[in-house]
Amino acid sequence: MTGAAMVRATGLTKRFGGLEAVRGIELDVAPGEVFGFLGPNGAGKSSAMRMIACVSPRSSGSLRVLGLDPDVDGPAIRARIGVVPQQDNLDAELSVRQNLEVYGRYFGLSRARVRRRAAELLEFAQLTDRAESPVEQLSGGMKRRLTIARSLVNDPELLLLDEPTTGLDPQARHLLWDRLYRLKQRGVTQLITTHYMDEAEQLCDRLVVMDGGVISAEGSPGELIARYCTREVVELRFAPDASRPGAEAFAGVAERVEELPDRWLLYAADGEAVLGAVHRSGVRPRASLVRRATLEDVFLRLTGRSLAD
Amino acid sequence: MRTVTAPEGGGRVLPGWRAVLVVMEHFWIWYRRGWRATVVSSVVQPLLFLLAFGVGFGSLVDAGGGASQVTGGVSYLVYLAPGLLAMSAVQTAAFESTYPVMSGFKWQQIYWGMAASPLTPGQIAVGHLCWISARMLSAGAVYVLIIGLLGGVVGFGIVLSLLCATLCGTAFAALVMAFASVVRNEGAAFSAFFRFVLIPMTLFAGTFFPVERLPEWVRPIAWATPLWHGTELSRGAALGTLGWWPALGHLVYLVALLALGVGLVRRLFRRRLAI
Ligand SMILES: Nc1ncnc2c1ncn2[C@@H]1O[C@H](COP(=O)(O)OP(=O)(O)OP(=O)(O)O)[C@@H](O)[C@H]1O
Ligand SMILES: [Mg+2]
Repeated sequence: MTGAAMVRATGLTKRFGGLEAVRGIELDVAPGEVFGFLGPNGAGKSSAMRMIACVSPRSSGSLRVLGLDPDVDGPAIRARIGVVPQQDNLDAELSVRQNLEVYGRYFGLSRARVRRRAAELLEFAQLTDRAESPVEQLSGGMKRRLTIARSLVNDPELLLLDEPTTGLDPQARHLLWDRLYRLKQRGVTQLITTHYMDEAEQLCDRLVVMDGGVISAEGSPGELIARYCTREVVELRFAPDASRPGAEAFAGVAERVEELPDRWLLYAADGEAVLGAVHRSGVRPRASLVRRATLEDVFLRLTGRSLAD
Repeated sequence: MRTVTAPEGGGRVLPGWRAVLVVMEHFWIWYRRGWRATVVSSVVQPLLFLLAFGVGFGSLVDAGGGASQVTGGVSYLVYLAPGLLAMSAVQTAAFESTYPVMSGFKWQQIYWGMAASPLTPGQIAVGHLCWISARMLSAGAVYVLIIGLLGGVVGFGIVLSLLCATLCGTAFAALVMAFASVVRNEGAAFSAFFRFVLIPMTLFAGTFFPVERLPEWVRPIAWATPLWHGTELSRGAALGTLGWWPALGHLVYLVALLALGVGLVRRLFRRRLAI
């Protein structure tokens, strides 16, 4: 099925009573691609992921996963995908190993196969030494690692990861990135939601920014930065209670400005030049720095109250 | 159900009955961890009931003379034992189908993990029900052994009693699971169920004395309970006192209740899990 989309959605919509959580989104995810969903809390990312995971029926629109219709072939699709839900739903009273083995059985794997697979996945998640502990005794990050390992029990062709690294320490996060990269090299398509922009920038070939149930931007991390941001950003930090200049202070200095609780962000092609101009105008921030624009700036622009000058 | 072939080691959709078996496998692995505690209770509870009512209270009944009209000439212990078998199945059903089901949705959330696999909500519901049924059957077998040790068994009919009791308990469990799957908050709902449904039913549905001894206006309520039908069948099988037609009537009633319960619980699990 090369060439066919792994996930294709048009006008995909999810309603909860009167609330429209996902409002007619279009998606087209190619085989082997790592595709990201960014967006503020409540944007509808998890609702979209759950529809793609075939656990939540769509309210309207069309959806094909692995070329099949979830309404008709939900079980057949679920047999071939791996799902890491936002909330762990492990079996707290079973051991780490039993969690993996029992889960594999739901996918029709033989006992011998799940035993072997569990041993591999314990290594993968670096939980081999905790294999016989009940899950309720694990730390939050260990549970997360186990949930991720469990999603791989059936060698999925498509992996859906809803905030996979929330709660992981930096080592575990880097380890997971490495593992996801290897899966990508083996051709496993991945859909990831995350609130970590560095993670999205590292992992995703292409991503969408969702807000209020709709997609507000789509592209590769580089494309999005080029399209929605300048090359450089000047950060001016102010003490919380000190009087801060208003937006008018930066009028004409930067292409665009953004106010955050503790700082101003000034967007410009040449950051040093802007910083010089700010100092000359008499504004005295507590600290300042010039850096390259990142996905985080794109995110703030697309989902925040951006103030164009 | 379509079977999809996947790459080596990949997942596939199990045929319905295998799907039900792997759900039962989950509960079995879970049960194995703490089986000792339940073995003790599944021996001690019948022993206490049989000693208190069958042997202790029974000696009073047997001495009273008039009782043998009702029991058909057998001792009260022999009369009571198959009834207790049905009652214990219904009790197991009540306990295993309330809090564990709510926990599957809410506390342990095991149903959600299963629902992300190829298993369907309906298979999850039926798998859990079959597990409860298997527990009733095994606990009932222990009951039968203890009845035998106390001298309450008069023939092989008791094996049929065990099956009838399990059918009765399973039909009730399906209905209780359906009820539990719409309960969102623990608290009032389950304790009301235990107080106003389970306990009156175990007291007045013919376990300890025939329903005909109840005031006339209460009898129809007793006749509507699954336990009365289960008790009549179970006792009839053990003592050989039930005609074919009444037996068939009770069986049809229980099977109909079971079908209704299974239909309901599958639909309600789907509604709760596929949101
Ligand atoms: N089961 C549900 N019933 C009712 N409303 C729901 C349900 N699930 C989600 N919602 C609503 O749908 C909207 C989108 O929620 P969703 O979980 O998809 O957001 P999200 O983008 O994943 O947010 P977060 O970053 O916080 O995880 C929210 O307003 C939420 O309250
Ligand atoms: Mg979410």
